Amino acid sequence: MTLYILCFILFLTGLYGLLISRNIIKIVISLTIVEISIFLMLILIGYISGGIAPVIFQQEVPQHQAVVDPLPQTMVLTAIVIALATNSMILAMAIRLYKKYGTFDIHEINKLKG
Amino acid sequence: MNTEIYLTIILIIMIILALTAIHAKDLLSAVIAQGGIGYGLVICFLLLKAPDLAIVQIVAETITIIIMVAVLHDSTRFEMRCPTCRRDIINLTSALILGATLLYFFVDAISVLPPFGEHTLRMSANYVYDAIEKTGATNLVKGVLWDFRALDTLGEAAVLFTTAMGVLAILRLKGRVKNN
Repeated sequence: MTLYILCFILFLTGLYGLLISRNIIKIVISLTIVEISIFLMLILIGYISGGIAPVIFQQEVPQHQAVVDPLPQTMVLTAIVIALATNSMILAMAIRLYKKYGTFDIHEINKLKG
Repeated sequence: MNTEIYLTIILIIMIILALTAIHAKDLLSAVIAQGGIGYGLVICFLLLKAPDLAIVQIVAETITIIIMVAVLHDSTRFEMRCPTCRRDIINLTSALILGATLLYFFVDAISVLPPFGEHTLRMSANYVYDAIEKTGATNLVKGVLWDFRALDTLGEAAVLFTTAMGVLAILRLKGRVKNN
């Protein structure tokens, strides 16, 4: 239970950063923190104590051998790659905004819009 | 039991790094603190018996840091500071109230989850014990990813392609000129 709550506190830290920061780079960093906490939460739920990693070198899995759940790991593997793609897209937009307005501050960009 | 203690220590370090990243004055140090969080996640994955995820995460984190440093190299390192206005106080108050509310409901909600380490395999029991027979893959994660749920992977590839096209369209400096 402690681990779940700590993981959620990491999520809340990212949410706090999203709400209070005015710099676009800091907003991207906060978004990454939120993503990381969600990945960790899914893997924490799928863990089985005493289980082996879902990589098997013999040809047979014995029925009594506990194996860590491979399904959340698969979904998180997909999510990590998509998070990387969306992050790079946000950063591309940020660099175009900087070229146009000369600042990363969202309040300044709001003032300067023509 | 040992795993739980190590994970607790790493998570506390990650939370401290997150607060550092959010409050840093220099954007480059914020990016480095975020890299620390990502590499902490790699250690957590290794402790939680997920080696594939650790490999993917270490690559993804490195690429993210390289892109962020490239963006900062092209622009400014320092965050512009202006005096706190009323809007900042409203933002801070709403963030704290939202966080407290969400934490209350989360603590209420996780009572139905199984405790840490006592998860039971429900739908993936088939995947675990039949994967070798059905797919021939000894790496179960790859067996699920490329065989049982291959359509999901196709969707992921489509998302990646669309994002790459979007980045290309955003970063293109000159528009196409129609010559008549």
